[in-house]
Amino acid sequence: MNQEQTLEIIPLETLLDRVRGMRAKGYRLVQIGATRLPEQVEMTYSFDLKNSLANLRFHVPAAEARIPSISSIYACSFLYENELHDLFNIQVEGMSVDFKGNFYKTAVKYPFGSTKAPAAQPATAASTPLPAGTAPVAGTPT
Amino acid sequence: MARTVIPFGPQHPVLPEPIHLDLVVEDERVLEARPSIGFIHRGLEKLVEKKDYIEFTYIAERICGICSFIHGQTYCQAIEAIMNIAVPPRALYLRTVWGELSRIHSHLLWLGLMADAVGFESLFMHSWRVREQVLDIIEATTGGRVIFGSCKIGGVRRDIDAAGISDMLRKLETIEQEIRRITKVFINDSSIKSRLCGVGVLSREEAYDLGCVGPTLRGSGVAQDMRQLGYAAFADLQVEPITRTEGDSYSRCAVRCDELLQSIDLIRKAMSKIPAGEIEIKVTGNPSGEVTMRTEQPRGEVVYCVKANGTRNLQRFRVRTPTFANLPAVLKVLQGCELADVPVLVLTIDPCISCTER
Repeated sequence: MNQEQTLEIIPLETLLDRVRGMRAKGYRLVQIGATRLPEQVEMTYSFDLKNSLANLRFHVPAAEARIPSISSIYACSFLYENELHDLFNIQVEGMSVDFKGNFYKTAVKYPFGSTKAPAAQPATAASTPLPAGTAPVAGTPT
Repeated sequence: MARTVIPFGPQHPVLPEPIHLDLVVEDERVLEARPSIGFIHRGLEKLVEKKDYIEFTYIAERICGICSFIHGQTYCQAIEAIMNIAVPPRALYLRTVWGELSRIHSHLLWLGLMADAVGFESLFMHSWRVREQVLDIIEATTGGRVIFGSCKIGGVRRDIDAAGISDMLRKLETIEQEIRRITKVFINDSSIKSRLCGVGVLSREEAYDLGCVGPTLRGSGVAQDMRQLGYAAFADLQVEPITRTEGDSYSRCAVRCDELLQSIDLIRKAMSKIPAGEIEIKVTGNPSGEVTMRTEQPRGEVVYCVKANGTRNLQRFRVRTPTFANLPAVLKVLQGCELADVPVLVLTIDPCISCTER
């Protein structure tokens, strides 16, 4: 079985540059995942090229976690980013499609997240245009 | 023309599972689709904190009612990779056979749903009639029809003896003939073609950029199939991805039709090569470490991220299902489509919402 995979720890500040680099090399975004640690959230971005998996990882503080969106680079990332918000209470800045916490309807708000209340959201849908040809939809909460 | 918002789902005759779409339409044309999921979110990832890693095999298998076995298999593979467990070769072949039977019944389910969506009721019934025969094989070999319960960490729970193998191969002869008759209709019938050809076109670049997987991606010409990673017995069986280049709903349907026959062929090869021996090994201790495990479900690549810290409970269990990866493609193809094509376009990715919500 060839489940070849690499894991690289990166600083949060370099995330966008590294993701742009992955895109330029032709990598496909496989998933964005998070793990709740006692004081931090461990973020993992997985990419695939020719069945080889490359993972980028960084940590953010669990309280008021905030990360930049990569949806301007990988349009399909908006689903993962909305999931991060709804399950982990992570504020993702600049999402191309922001469901404003309405993507998952969970009995417990932010089941994996900090117990602190999230920062106030602007009333209007804050959407930036997606790249031409790849834009799926501009969504608003339903 | 004023814009109108039509709520579509979560309960709708054409939807196999509950997803809600607000369709913004102008006349008969869809301008925008706004999705909303969460109606059947069960918090299975969170449940890992309460169930130990052995018990969790049952939970993983219940993520989906169609590709249940492959969910359980992927979870077991992840734990086995972390614990360096060498699964007996016979168990790997048995997993392969049950995984491919799952693919066959899943694709037949989808073909029936698509026939129903385009109003071809007799074809829908024939597709599901043949699917029942596949479920009968699964029941005879595992004891279950939907939840097999045959995969465990370290191997499988049940063996198939020589008589069972020859019985399965005999039944597959009949099933193959039936599938050839049915898929011939899907491929050649003018009414099916008129509903699927040129509908929901995704170019190769769009499908790749949108993160599509499975038949949705292969229907746009990208030869990606996780079975090529060689998990279970696939390293010995050589799987060539089935692709089409048109990128429309017909193309995705044709890929699934061909994959039915490919799966039957893989089962035959596996049964001809299956080695004798044990089907499980005893597992002791607790897992410590992490792994990302990928397998090919009927709907495409599923990703299991498992992280363990040496205790009975996993630290993190995360599943990225193929339907989740294919959702952006649905939203893309719905933009600008005819309202009458919405059912076909939603079905074209073979959506499994319970998988997606976990």
